[in-house]
Amino acid sequence: MKITKLLIANRGEIAVRIIRAARELGLKTVQVHSAADADMLAVRMADEAVNIGPPHAAKSYLNIDNILKAARDTGADAVHPGYGFLAENAGFADAVEAAGLVFVGPRGDSIRVMGDKVAARVAAEAAGVPVVPGSDGRVDDPEQARAIALAIGFPVMIKAAAGGGGRGIRIAHDMAEFETLMPQASAEAKAAFGDGGLYIEKVIDRARHIEVQVLGDGRRAIHCFERECSLQRRRQKVWEEAPSAVLPQAVREKLCASAVALAEAVNYRGAGTLEYLYDDETRHFYFIEMNTRIQVEHPVTEMITGIDLVREMIRIAAGEPLRLQQSDVKMTGHAIEVRINAEDPARNFMPAPGTVTELRVPGGPGTRFDTMLYQGYQVPPFYDSLLGKLIVWDETRASALGRMARALEELEVGGLATTKPLHQLLARDESVGKAQFHTRWLEPWLEANAHRLST
Amino acid sequence: MAQLLSPLPGTFYRRPAPDKPVYKNDGDKVAKGDVVGLIEVMKSFTEVKADAAGRIKFIAENEEPVMAGQPLADIG
Repeated sequence: MKITKLLIANRGEIAVRIIRAARELGLKTVQVHSAADADMLAVRMADEAVNIGPPHAAKSYLNIDNILKAARDTGADAVHPGYGFLAENAGFADAVEAAGLVFVGPRGDSIRVMGDKVAARVAAEAAGVPVVPGSDGRVDDPEQARAIALAIGFPVMIKAAAGGGGRGIRIAHDMAEFETLMPQASAEAKAAFGDGGLYIEKVIDRARHIEVQVLGDGRRAIHCFERECSLQRRRQKVWEEAPSAVLPQAVREKLCASAVALAEAVNYRGAGTLEYLYDDETRHFYFIEMNTRIQVEHPVTEMITGIDLVREMIRIAAGEPLRLQQSDVKMTGHAIEVRINAEDPARNFMPAPGTVTELRVPGGPGTRFDTMLYQGYQVPPFYDSLLGKLIVWDETRASALGRMARALEELEVGGLATTKPLHQLLARDESVGKAQFHTRWLEPWLEANAHRLST
Repeated sequence: MAQLLSPLPGTFYRRPAPDKPVYKNDGDKVAKGDVVGLIEVMKSFTEVKADAAGRIKFIAENEEPVMAGQPLADIG
């Protein structure tokens, strides 16, 4: 189905990113926004804007009826959900299609299968993709849960079957802790997701987080290599790279091929990411979950492959077959992205909304700043703290680190505390320089370096 | 009579979770330090504690967007 007018059901920097892609494809844009976001950059850039409700996201960005009404009223024929909010809500994907509109993303059924961690794990195993040792599916019986934990060995992770974004995860180091945490995890999952279903997984110690970007058209899929996102705080990524600095080429080929196999096995349509844990020592990788949307860190993949992922996902949604063969996808050089958040690293990352009194955006070769900021913008307190993503590309990882340090020095966001000082330290850190890190490396580093962040 | 002011800008909640009862009802007695609500700022939650003792009467509603310094309740 041809798309002429795209409605963006999101906010912040990703809404700006989607408008850019839409415009390059010759599409008109409709930006929906909450009452607190009337001044946001995407509203100013879009051809049309529609207020869809009060600041509270449940009443605006998560309000399916209001979003569909905005699409009807403006004559939009497609909806891009961005990331977060309704991006992985299968009911929303279905509702958009039932309204006769194009959903820029996978079919509701794919979201249902791959968004459920247990179903995704079953699909991965069926496609021959290695998974983390754990329960074969959801566990509702405590007796059975105990037996599984004993069989795979402590520490084990207890996860909500319907969870996401690191929420609802608990780690038990022994049976006593397991007994305490199981009922808590179930109650929390029930409250947060309306589903108390759990599953249990072995903790892979000192693992790296490596993920593979895929594009599929429902028949065929390709990969765009991997990203490494091991630097995390409270399970939220703060620094991402492409490619991973540590993956041997033979492992990269196997990893990326496994992602394509799984994407094709579920007839995946659109842009998606398969997340894995990677163990340096054994060189084993384990599939953990799939994100059925564009991701925050997609630009690092764009920088090393030259592919505009957002534009490709819109083309695919319009019914075009994949334009690329696997052999067309080449990677060059190294890219790094850091998340500039409105959080104060000197005060335990306390959120810091406020007004941008001054803005100096870094530029020059290989430097990209995807942001929602402009001078005078008032960052509202109601949503996520991401202000922008500073991305650099260079020929080698070492030179990319130097370029990142240079770009960070140029970046000036006046009036707010941001995570820039954290990234300045990381860009010059010896372990980061050697890519010697894992998903639980950053938190102790933050404790050890607290004094350097407090100035 | 003292006014309890919001310490931060964000969204005010009167209950710890959507399916839980409110921390305090209008007319309840509160002691200094009692948790009476939450403020959500950029997905991070901060407890709002009574800064005086007495009977509480809420001014701000559940899920209301609030500014720093905005009155949330009267305590007296």
